[in-house]
Amino acid sequence: MRFGIVVNEGPYTHQASDTAYQFAKAVLAKGHEIFRVFFYHDGVNNGTRFTVPPQDDRNLQRLWTELGQAHKLDLVVCIAAAQRRGILDANEAKRQGKDGDNIAPGFRISGLGQLIEAGIQSDRLVVFGD
Amino acid sequence: MSQETSRKKFLYINRKAPYGTIYALESLEVILIGAAFEQDVSLAFIDDGVFQLMNGQDTSGIGMKNFSKTYKALGDYEVRKLYVERESLAERGLAVEDLMPIAYEDENEDYAEKPSIHVVDRSEMTRIISDQDVILSF
Repeated sequence: MRFGIVVNEGPYTHQASDTAYQFAKAVLAKGHEIFRVFFYHDGVNNGTRFTVPPQDDRNLQRLWTELGQAHKLDLVVCIAAAQRRGILDANEAKRQGKDGDNIAPGFRISGLGQLIEAGIQSDRLVVFGD
Repeated sequence: MSQETSRKKFLYINRKAPYGTIYALESLEVILIGAAFEQDVSLAFIDDGVFQLMNGQDTSGIGMKNFSKTYKALGDYEVRKLYVERESLAERGLAVEDLMPIAYEDENEDYAEKPSIHVVDRSEMTRIISDQDVILSF
């Protein structure tokens, strides 16, 4: 089966991203396909490489990046939500005149159409949030 | 894949008050973008989400953008089915008269204006939800 996953909350305050990550791992372990993981609302904060959680805690951004690289996942951060919350890739930083970018490896920034497309193309769209 | 087979039933469930958190505003942004994909779109308003449709919203005292007029424009985006849960209204002391009038123009009936808001009870809402292909909950 082909899954789409939506993450609507940022890391650490809510468990939504952790649960989505565990779900994604379980989906892949069962041999299913993940069409896309879409990060919306504060969920975009999962995609900054500047988080530095304590060493004895999980690093959610790194977990997503590693899972994404291992399974060639499409990890998409919503551009409108990202701009509000200061998540930028190099192109956006240049376009907006900002002095740096912070998007994590394996993530890409794109539009809300990618969320709708995930709904259309997936057999199941599973939303993790508050 | 043909256009017909890729047409799915999308339901956006709005559960939160319009201000206080960003969920309602960013839900609306998804709905407007999603309209371009020509899917079969419905909106559900339950719990505090019914406050999103309140008539006479005034945000001048809280420094927030008043986006309530956007709901009235949904008909222009082919978003014509807004289901409001009767129990959620009643639990908050609200009636359908407290909601803003939202209408669409029916091109099959000489562009007659028809109401987009349908107040449904909880059991009917359950049926509507179970009838969907894709559910986005905000």
